[in-house]
Amino acid sequence: MEKTPSLVTVPVLEPSPMALLRRRIFGHLGLLIGSAVLVVIVVMALAAPWIAPHDPFDQVLDRKLIPPVWSDGAKATWTHPLGTDHFGRDYLSRLIWGARISLVIGFSAMLISGILGTVVGVLAGFFGGRVDMVANFLITTRLSMPVVLVAIAVVSLVGSSLTVVIWVLGLLIWDRFAVVMRSATMQVRNLDFVAAAQALGCSTGRIVFTEILPNIANHLIVVATVEMAHAILLEAALSFLGLGVQPPEPSWGLMISEAKGLMFFDGWLIAIPGTALFALVLSINLLGDGVRDVTAPGGT
Amino acid sequence: MLAYLIKRLGVAILVALTVSLITFSLIYLSGDPAVAIAGESATEEDIESIRRFYGYDRPIAVQYLDWLGRAVQGDFGQSHYLREPVAVAIFERLPTTMLLGLCALVFALTLSVPLGVLAAIRPNSLIDRAALTLAVVGQAMPSFWFALTLMLWLGIYWRLLPITGSDSWANFVMPSIALGYYVTPAVMRLTRAGMLEVLAADYIRTARAKGLRPMRVLFKHALRNAIIPVVSLAAVQFGFMLGGSIVIETIFAINGLGFLAWESIQRADLPMMQAIVLVLSVFYIVLTFLADMLNAWLDPRIRVV
Repeated sequence: MEKTPSLVTVPVLEPSPMALLRRRIFGHLGLLIGSAVLVVIVVMALAAPWIAPHDPFDQVLDRKLIPPVWSDGAKATWTHPLGTDHFGRDYLSRLIWGARISLVIGFSAMLISGILGTVVGVLAGFFGGRVDMVANFLITTRLSMPVVLVAIAVVSLVGSSLTVVIWVLGLLIWDRFAVVMRSATMQVRNLDFVAAAQALGCSTGRIVFTEILPNIANHLIVVATVEMAHAILLEAALSFLGLGVQPPEPSWGLMISEAKGLMFFDGWLIAIPGTALFALVLSINLLGDGVRDVTAPGGT
Repeated sequence: MLAYLIKRLGVAILVALTVSLITFSLIYLSGDPAVAIAGESATEEDIESIRRFYGYDRPIAVQYLDWLGRAVQGDFGQSHYLREPVAVAIFERLPTTMLLGLCALVFALTLSVPLGVLAAIRPNSLIDRAALTLAVVGQAMPSFWFALTLMLWLGIYWRLLPITGSDSWANFVMPSIALGYYVTPAVMRLTRAGMLEVLAADYIRTARAKGLRPMRVLFKHALRNAIIPVVSLAAVQFGFMLGGSIVIETIFAINGLGFLAWESIQRADLPMMQAIVLVLSVFYIVLTFLADMLNAWLDPRIRVV
């Protein structure tokens, strides 16, 4: 391996594609910050049973509304670093467990809508013509129905649970997947390697899975991050309106909703879960923007 | 143009019909709508009489056609809770929501279009980076949390604006900001991208070479062309905002359509829920249709479809 090459055959040292990719990833501040924050939140959610200082459901009524440690109230204590809510439940523990709800709902809803939207989009982009017309019709119909309103109406009629929220959101937010996958497939579809695969006699399924999908995967990842963030925000809004995750679950949106009446006296009650929500969504968006920039060199 | 118009109109009507079918079937999600209306303590006879009174004992296809036929004439039935026609309640609240939506749109456009133009004039400058950062941050902020935070600072700590109600113009300032800010990133990015593309075009170079004043080139030659896609995006976003106003109206207790929707969902007022979903959807369909027509009129290439 390490034989000294003779001078005449030394090639111009060009970085390999992997090295280039690595350089772009580590040169992208947003991508690094986004992934770091997201990793912290995911680890926090996974390790919730071990790192949460208290039981998130444990009500200690003589320890109600203790302010967080940085406030100058005499009650502030390191036993409850982020204070307690109006039932005396430890706010930090609820925040840590709440990360699970946001991540599970965001990821599952994104997965459902991703599968649905990708099927619609790839079929439309690959076959065009009538199939494309039907897909466009489905997308337009979906877009014309107001998401939040339909979601809370359905949740209120079917009854609220984690599964219902996941399915309702998943079935509602597939439109962007479909739109982006459709145009990405259309672009790839007319390239030479697809024609070559067709000439070789590959089946349509094989072409879609081995020629089209790998080449539009970067678009898929970007939309997936956008929609995961979207689903997390929607779950929070639904829970805030009382038609999402139900008490006593520690959903961040629900925590803000429960603190709504007390926020005029204790602003931190909404500031803490709100900041957590903001940080999670921001980190996912930064990751998505980063993936887009890194995988599409030249384009912005 | 006429062929395009007719074709596009046909699609719009078909979409509206599909939406009406989905909206109609909403009430069957809970199982038996008569049971849902009657409540928990109702007897079997109560449920039976409610079923007959509202016509839920007829075949579903008949119910749908009957409901659609009335809806087209503006008759959405009686509200189960308010004891008044659904249409009356809706058209009482609609102007408030429209006003809120328009204020939010004006706020969003006055913020995002100038920012987008500034960012495009000096790409990668400090202003460009600041605008893009603002867009990324804005997109990650939960609207209801942003609304509550505005309320806390502007309403309670600084006492600048009233917190709830919909009686004076001051009541609309915070809700408009809370509803409109979510649209600004998209509009700003589109304005920026459009301006960047237009500013690189040959006719801008020509205009500059002629010695026209930079401001004139910027506004009369560049912005006019870059703004076309922004107009249709604004129309679409206006439709989204009307749908999203449910969160903001609930927080600020604004007596509009969104608040009515939330109330009727809480009270299981099925005809009201159906009607609001249908009205907002149809409004969105009309808006996108008009935006498409405007685009086709401004850009002849679209018409050839």
